[in-house]
Amino acid sequence: MTSLPHAGPLAAEADASLGREWRPPSYWPFVIPALVVVLAVIVFPWVFTIWMSLNEWKVGAPTTFVGFANYIRLPNDPRFVESVEHTLVYTTLSVLLPLLFGTFAAVVFHANFRGRGVLRAIFIMPMMATPVAIALVWTMMFHPQLGVLNYLLSLVGLPPQLWVFHPATVIPSLVLVETWQWTPLVMLIVLGGIAAIPTEPYESAQIDGASHWQMFRYITLPLVTPFLFIAAMIRMIDAVKSFDIIFAITQGGPGSASETINLYLYSVAFIYYDLGYGSAIAVMLFLLIVALAALLLHLRQRALWTEIGGAA
Amino acid sequence: MSLRWLLGRAGLWFSVFLIVSPAILFFVWMLSLSVKFEVDNAAYPPVFIPEHFAWSNYTDVLASNRFLTYFKNSLLVTGTATFLAMLVGVPAGYGIARMAARKSAVVILIARITPGLSYLIPLFLLFQWLGLLGTLWPQIIIHLVVTVPIVIWIMIGYFETTPLELEEAALIDGATRWQVFRHVALPIAKPGLAVAFILAVIFSWNNFVFGIVLAGRETRTLPVAVYNMISFDQLSWGPLAAAALIVTFPVLLLTIFAQRQIVAGLTAGAVKGG
Repeated sequence: MTSLPHAGPLAAEADASLGREWRPPSYWPFVIPALVVVLAVIVFPWVFTIWMSLNEWKVGAPTTFVGFANYIRLPNDPRFVESVEHTLVYTTLSVLLPLLFGTFAAVVFHANFRGRGVLRAIFIMPMMATPVAIALVWTMMFHPQLGVLNYLLSLVGLPPQLWVFHPATVIPSLVLVETWQWTPLVMLIVLGGIAAIPTEPYESAQIDGASHWQMFRYITLPLVTPFLFIAAMIRMIDAVKSFDIIFAITQGGPGSASETINLYLYSVAFIYYDLGYGSAIAVMLFLLIVALAALLLHLRQRALWTEIGGAA
Repeated sequence: MSLRWLLGRAGLWFSVFLIVSPAILFFVWMLSLSVKFEVDNAAYPPVFIPEHFAWSNYTDVLASNRFLTYFKNSLLVTGTATFLAMLVGVPAGYGIARMAARKSAVVILIARITPGLSYLIPLFLLFQWLGLLGTLWPQIIIHLVVTVPIVIWIMIGYFETTPLELEEAALIDGATRWQVFRHVALPIAKPGLAVAFILAVIFSWNNFVFGIVLAGRETRTLPVAVYNMISFDQLSWGPLAAAALIVTFPVLLLTIFAQRQIVAGLTAGAVKGG
């Protein structure tokens, strides 16, 4: 990071402005290289995806403009409709469970105890570790005969499960992995919120003889709600986009029982090479995330109004 | 009072145990799988600490030529993508922060919520058209989708909090904007640089989606290589677990030693790549 090629243009600009009245040189030269990169790898793919979604575009065949035909195909494609349902179930569970456990973990990690730093580092390892590597080990743990999870179940007297090998339990099992992996992120966000709360309310509550639960319910919870909301938003975005874990553990199976939109998108685009239709799915997936984000914002707004209404 | 305190402590430690045990048990079990022979891995009830350690699981993985190739690929892709992202992203974060143009960061937000596969379709065609498939360049370029937004986002946050007085003083003394950035702003933002660098490295290293589509036999990165081990080694858990642990080990090490930076970065922007 010692030298960048933009010293030249900047110096030239400074020279040029000498003759005229002095004005502060612009910051644009700092931004332009990144702008070029962002245009090339983020904006261009987006525009091109939208254009492709309006075409019949298969690898090795001539492309034809078909308007919205790819989009009209979507609601009549049972596999797509099913994948939307899977995505919604998967996302709902993958938002709620980490939110629940993450809040609990944040309250615990806010307390003072020996070895907190090291234990927190271990706690956040699941979300930093390479997802594929983790997925492989979970696959072994889910194994119905040799897996350690069924052994653990047998220790507490529960019957063995088929986990990711049965259509009825595959999504909950994958959510288990997702929850294990992403609860730490919720914890970190909520912990940031708890740390920002002043100590006075707790002190006066303690004097009034409030229990731990009451202090959590009436002081902590209302004050961290904005952070919970942020965590829910991030969790929602990541859960809808989830790919590595599902692909590596089940590839959407058994059958298509765990095929989410993202997994179906992969099949359409890179197994059937139907790039036009795949692009339409990609656009819909993006719109779904935007719609869910809007829904969350709406819920937050309503929650705010009830809070105000309750106070008045 | 002291009994109540004791009960509270016991409850706290029980909660800590409850929260941390899933992570500890998982990684211990991963380690256990990776040092066992197949006999022990296929035993029921499971063997936790084997009588004979299968260190050969590790030496076999490390000794294979392919592994070295994939390791080099991973280093090159992550290294180059992170370096390029720092090169363009740090100045950009500075410029955006000083122009108070946070709204322009909406592009980064869009990048954040777009599924990785959406980038792959058009860029795959582009790389094919440019004849780049078969080299590492497609992966390096597409990893910028992960690294550049992280770096820009984190650097905006850092430069917004660094004091302006010094920079203004330097400007009045006749320094150019570039000199101010290089000699005043950048040194102060060192902690931010570390955060951006570490997160970009981790999320690029972990990336899997881009590799499965763009990597050929010779251009696989480690996560893709490990995934491909399953297909032909369905039932040899030991070597597979060893390979998985080797791939994720650098990241776990970073998590322990750079915990503070990681936490700061994730809570500041809560950005994640892919």
